[in-house]
Amino acid sequence: MSKKINLTLKVWRQKNCQSQGGFETYQAADIDTDMSFLEMLDVVNERLTREDKDPIAFDHDCREGICGMCGAVVNGQAHGPMKETTLCQLHMRHFKDGQTLVIEPFRAKAFAVIKDLSVDRSAFDRIIQAGGFISIKTGQAPDAHAIAVAKDKAEWAMDAAQCIGCGACVAACPNASAMLFVSAKIDHLNTLPQGSAELKARTLNMVKQMDQEGFGNCSNEYECEAACPKTISVKHIAKMNKMHRQSNLR
Amino acid sequence: MLDSKIPQGPLKDKWTNFKFNAKLVNPANKRKYKILVVGTGLAGGSAAASLSELGYQVESFCFQDSPRRAHSIAAQGGINAAKNYPNDGDSVKRLFYDTIKGGDFRSREANVYRLAEVSNCIIDQCVAQGVPFAREYSGYLDNRSFGGAQVSRTFYARGQTGQQLLLGAYQAMMKEVSKGSIKLHPRTEMLDLVVIDGVARGIVVRNLLTGQIEPYVGDAVVLATGGYGNVFYLSTNAKGSNVTASWRAHKKGAFFANPCYTQIHPTCIPVHGDYQSKLTLMSESLRNDGRVWVPKNPGDKRPPQQIPEGERDYFLERKYPAFGNLVPRDIASRNAKEQCDAGRGVGPTGQAVYLDFADAIKRTGPELIKERYGNLIDMYQKIVDENPYKTPMMIYPAVHYAMGGLWVDYTLMSNLPGLFVIGEANFSDHGANRLGASALMQGLGDGYFVLPYTIGDYLAKNKPAQAKFKDHAEFKKSEVDIKNNINKLLSIKGKRTVDDFHRQLGKLLWDKCGMARNEAGLKEALKQIPQIREEFWKNVNVLGSGQELNQALERAGRVGDFLEFADLLVTDALHRAESCGGHFREEYQTPEGEALRRDDVFSYVAAWQFNGVGQNPTLHKEELKFEEVHLAQRSYK
Repeated sequence: MSKKINLTLKVWRQKNCQSQGGFETYQAADIDTDMSFLEMLDVVNERLTREDKDPIAFDHDCREGICGMCGAVVNGQAHGPMKETTLCQLHMRHFKDGQTLVIEPFRAKAFAVIKDLSVDRSAFDRIIQAGGFISIKTGQAPDAHAIAVAKDKAEWAMDAAQCIGCGACVAACPNASAMLFVSAKIDHLNTLPQGSAELKARTLNMVKQMDQEGFGNCSNEYECEAACPKTISVKHIAKMNKMHRQSNLR
Repeated sequence: MLDSKIPQGPLKDKWTNFKFNAKLVNPANKRKYKILVVGTGLAGGSAAASLSELGYQVESFCFQDSPRRAHSIAAQGGINAAKNYPNDGDSVKRLFYDTIKGGDFRSREANVYRLAEVSNCIIDQCVAQGVPFAREYSGYLDNRSFGGAQVSRTFYARGQTGQQLLLGAYQAMMKEVSKGSIKLHPRTEMLDLVVIDGVARGIVVRNLLTGQIEPYVGDAVVLATGGYGNVFYLSTNAKGSNVTASWRAHKKGAFFANPCYTQIHPTCIPVHGDYQSKLTLMSESLRNDGRVWVPKNPGDKRPPQQIPEGERDYFLERKYPAFGNLVPRDIASRNAKEQCDAGRGVGPTGQAVYLDFADAIKRTGPELIKERYGNLIDMYQKIVDENPYKTPMMIYPAVHYAMGGLWVDYTLMSNLPGLFVIGEANFSDHGANRLGASALMQGLGDGYFVLPYTIGDYLAKNKPAQAKFKDHAEFKKSEVDIKNNINKLLSIKGKRTVDDFHRQLGKLLWDKCGMARNEAGLKEALKQIPQIREEFWKNVNVLGSGQELNQALERAGRVGDFLEFADLLVTDALHRAESCGGHFREEYQTPEGEALRRDDVFSYVAAWQFNGVGQNPTLHKEELKFEEVHLAQRSYK
């Protein structure tokens, strides 16, 4: 059953990427425990607006955990304390009455803060542009049943393809590494027979772009997997490293 | 009467004839044309990629931070195609017929036939792109069933089909971006269409990070900006989904067709509080294995497990034995409402029915149910805090999809030359009700396989003209109008928030123009909408400035447009004195309570012309001629 709780929020406020940010404290009173985290922020913003105070900027869109646009660090954890959960699917019943929540943007050198909790993740788009695709043009495709794909391979590819590109893996990593994101796309496409023709170029180019964007390296902390709302496994990083090594040799 | 420009010849030859007769642009000349594509969902993304591959210059715009966020990503269940891989009797003709019938005979035959024809190419294309569709142990593709069909023709990727298809289109776009032939403009919102001498010549946008108002000139403008479901405030749409691009094109002369055809999806998580910001869909595919029921006795408040079999009413199976739980969406929704109105609704609000997996779990074991629907069941559990493996899900209908949209002819061009409209944003293929797994098919069909042909025919007849129009006074005028509108919103400094007005409008529309509509209610809505609009422009409070990221300002602009569009939605619903598909007028029903169409009077598309805010729009009609199918009352019994 739902009930009402009172929270203290310490929210990162930053006007834009040039200015210095800092924490502001707000009281979030009478929060219904059935609310999502973003609905709680909506309520806080409605109250701020009524007091003529600038509402907190945060990115969000689908609010059903699939578009990957929302995300913030709550009490030190990307997307908050629940496993396999985006911020929009995190519900307030998981917090206690009287608790203090520290809410910060995803922090990484490659993710500049735009305003408050909103960050620039266009580096991810540029990594995909470097090779995260299969170069087939519209109209060139053979019949869908021309190639059989073993079920275990198809399932493995799908496990990797579930990535929503939210960036929580980067925010959770002590090195701000994007290797979970990059390896998920590389492994999704390289595992499928359709993607094998471009395996080498894809692997080398995407990794190169990742490095150029200023993401750090992997030191096997596994924080990315723990924070990933879609349970993308670090096994994909291992596979990417193997494919990268082989691509360099060939 | 509007001319839909349907090609001559028998239905099955029309598309082939069109492609043969279409004028072609020489490959070397294609790069001289610039096409502006607004929206990056399945329709916009696939169109941008395909047009760029052909050699056109493409500029792509979206309000999200990346094209990959567009709300097509949230589609769960699947995509239809007439592959007939399961050998169960499917064909292009059957997919065509099911779609026409599902749309309650209010769609254009030639468009629907073309959609069914291209459906198979879509699956081929997506598989080749690396979309990881579900496969059987043989390594070949698996299919599932969806509402309104008796064959299994739905391809799927777990419960994330939309995500995988969208990422496929997005990746195809990124491939073109890397070659420099698509220019991306994320976090950019289209705020006006520029029309010069009756022809669409470009758009004016706002950069959402800097607030800069920027003109873009093009040889064609493609709107792929989705549906208007958020006019109801609560819907399954993304928070950012809006009518602004379509509405502002409408204000510049594009006709808006059938806005009253709104789809209310039967299986959504019920509303639970005033603070609620959106409704969450539970895929229709759940109706493959879930059984819908309510207690037979009104007011029965016992927990579901304690209600014995004999005291349950599986009302869809009882009323529609042939299709059972897989009746089309409009019928499933209306029946759920009917049960709740009669006091048999369940849950804390009484506005819900059960969707029960107990029998399926008994039959197949919980593992198979988990494999099929695991992510949906997890999502339900997160939101509602109950376990559907043990307690039946509670579901209730919610606004989901807009069948109506900007009017387009057979070539997907609006009545304004140079303005093309694709995907959910146009009105075309679903008539008065869309079948499940057909939105993905239409979006990708339009973008990959229809628009690239039809837009070529238009461009071939018109010389590249960007240089001629880029400094035209209409662009300047548009910029000034947009800036004035923004300054006005920022200067009101009233007492109420944007969302407050949006909620008020949404509740009014849900009550008066929702699942069931009647003349008195619609007239009341037409009285109240202008009052809300008037107060909005006097009493809304938008803080901050126009020269920065200002999310309240973005929402204010969109809600301002919804407040104008609502008039048109209700006007259309009032004018259409019949029931069809998602438009149910209480005055027009059969003795069994089914939708009663009036084919003698309303067998037409209603395309409305804008005459000013608060002014009556002018109605233009496109007669619907049925040459192939026989009009009948839909029966799913």
